[in-house]
Amino acid sequence: MKILVPVKRVIDYNVKPRVKADGTGVDLANVKMSMNPFDEIAVEEAIRLKEKGVATEIVAVSIGPAKAQETLRTALAMGADRAVLVQTDDEVEPLAVAKILKGVADEEQPGLVILGKQAIDDDSNQTGQMLAALTGRPQGTFASEVTVESDSVTVKREVDGGLETVKLSLPAIVTTDLRLNEPRYASLPNIMKAKSKPLATKAPADYGVDTAPRLKTLKVSEPPVRSAGVKVADVDALVAKLKELGVA
Amino acid sequence: MSKTLVWVEHDNAAVKDATLAAVTAASQLGEVHLLVAGSGCAAVADAAAKIAGVGKVHLADDAAYANALPENVAPLVVSLMDSHDAFVAPATSNGKNIAPRVAALLDVMQVSDILSVEGPKTFTRPTYAGNAIATVESSDPKLVVTVRGTAFAKAAPEGGSGTVEAVSGAGDTGLSSFLGSEIAKNERPELTSAKIIVSGGRALKDSDTFQQVIFPLADKLGAAVGASRAAVDAGYVPNDYQVGQTGKIVAPEIYIAVGISGAIQHLAGMKDSKTIIAINKDEDAPIFQVADVGLVADLFNAVPELVGKL
Repeated sequence: MKILVPVKRVIDYNVKPRVKADGTGVDLANVKMSMNPFDEIAVEEAIRLKEKGVATEIVAVSIGPAKAQETLRTALAMGADRAVLVQTDDEVEPLAVAKILKGVADEEQPGLVILGKQAIDDDSNQTGQMLAALTGRPQGTFASEVTVESDSVTVKREVDGGLETVKLSLPAIVTTDLRLNEPRYASLPNIMKAKSKPLATKAPADYGVDTAPRLKTLKVSEPPVRSAGVKVADVDALVAKLKELGVA
Repeated sequence: MSKTLVWVEHDNAAVKDATLAAVTAASQLGEVHLLVAGSGCAAVADAAAKIAGVGKVHLADDAAYANALPENVAPLVVSLMDSHDAFVAPATSNGKNIAPRVAALLDVMQVSDILSVEGPKTFTRPTYAGNAIATVESSDPKLVVTVRGTAFAKAAPEGGSGTVEAVSGAGDTGLSSFLGSEIAKNERPELTSAKIIVSGGRALKDSDTFQQVIFPLADKLGAAVGASRAAVDAGYVPNDYQVGQTGKIVAPEIYIAVGISGAIQHLAGMKDSKTIIAINKDEDAPIFQVADVGLVADLFNAVPELVGKL
């Protein structure tokens, strides 16, 4: 079975984003960029399925600028077999991403598509569900455990209040939650090897997808700032504060 | 006037609170209609019809809808969208699962997790873990929106006089099936609707210590219990306790952070709380930059003392 793993190049998890002074967006100039953390988990899960003999080939795909090649090389260094970059400098919304991924999936015919539940830049949490809709396939979102059987996949999902388990017929779309696995670091030899793995470059037009945005961003602003309050000296003073607040 | 269809979050017995915030958001867009999809859920529809400001309640009662499987529910929603201009769902795990599937089937770009309604097609929403608030305007003919529950007041659960109308959809698509759930049984309030939350961090050492220190304080205050991602990842408490960017977004009256340093990811989930109280032995911990009341102390002494004095 082939697994398709879409990955996104985003601002690094540890960088605090700064809103541009003119309110047009977040300043990404000279900011460290990395693979979206949920997508790393997706790559790791695909590799584990290959190591178990469930998957035969892992294809990583990214939609983004030329530099998204770096993100794909990271996926290849972790263990993906080959990569597809659908290159565009435009900001592509989840709906258009899902349409492009459907085009890639139509070509590649994967048994599973595993992707992050959300990207940590736009925080949309949509692409996997949309891809499932467009391909007419089932979706196992927010996965914390994935078990592949012959013609189905069982997904344990993180939901409000606990966990639930669903069984999906293959092919299926799975989106990853934080506790699905801990992604490996690529070893130096594997990073070197990744440089010679195949990476194909395509364009959104190759899949007949119009990436014109449907949402117009009118403004981006800083959230309201919360200022520090008072420090109290001891527990008695804290009890007094709680009494002021009407508790205790 | 435009018509909105609101997904009612429920457990086939009662309407969940998250629905009420979604109704408030929907009412700012137009006439509010509801969809109760489930199995044996007629009582839910009757209760939903009493929510203030609600018009029609569409009731789809079918075993295929019992567990809100998006493969079955999304086509049902789509079949109702000819007569509605917007689909609004609470940003619960069901809402987040279903709404994008509906949006893609309608060829609409969803607006996720809205914080406010600024105009007929204009909303604010958090991006970058709440570090940047975007104001976006949709150009799609129909809207699909999910609503952050803590950003809108809850509609009154009583006082409405909606009418219930049965609808049917295609039922089971056969793509997926529900095998079961492990929902934590808990006598404490639910995290997302609690008035007071006591949360613990990595400083709690282990699961037993977490329970011995945090639970008595929560019980004394009638509070829900939360945790930082570090505490969850370390296995002190189950994952549904996690407050933060990737966990639950909460905004209680009082949020008490115990032994939590205040990573960006955690702050993203609780900084809209009305009053934040922090207990931490590190006086430079970032949590104190957002706390209204801070106590620099060793939590293993301070929390038991606090429990004793309340």
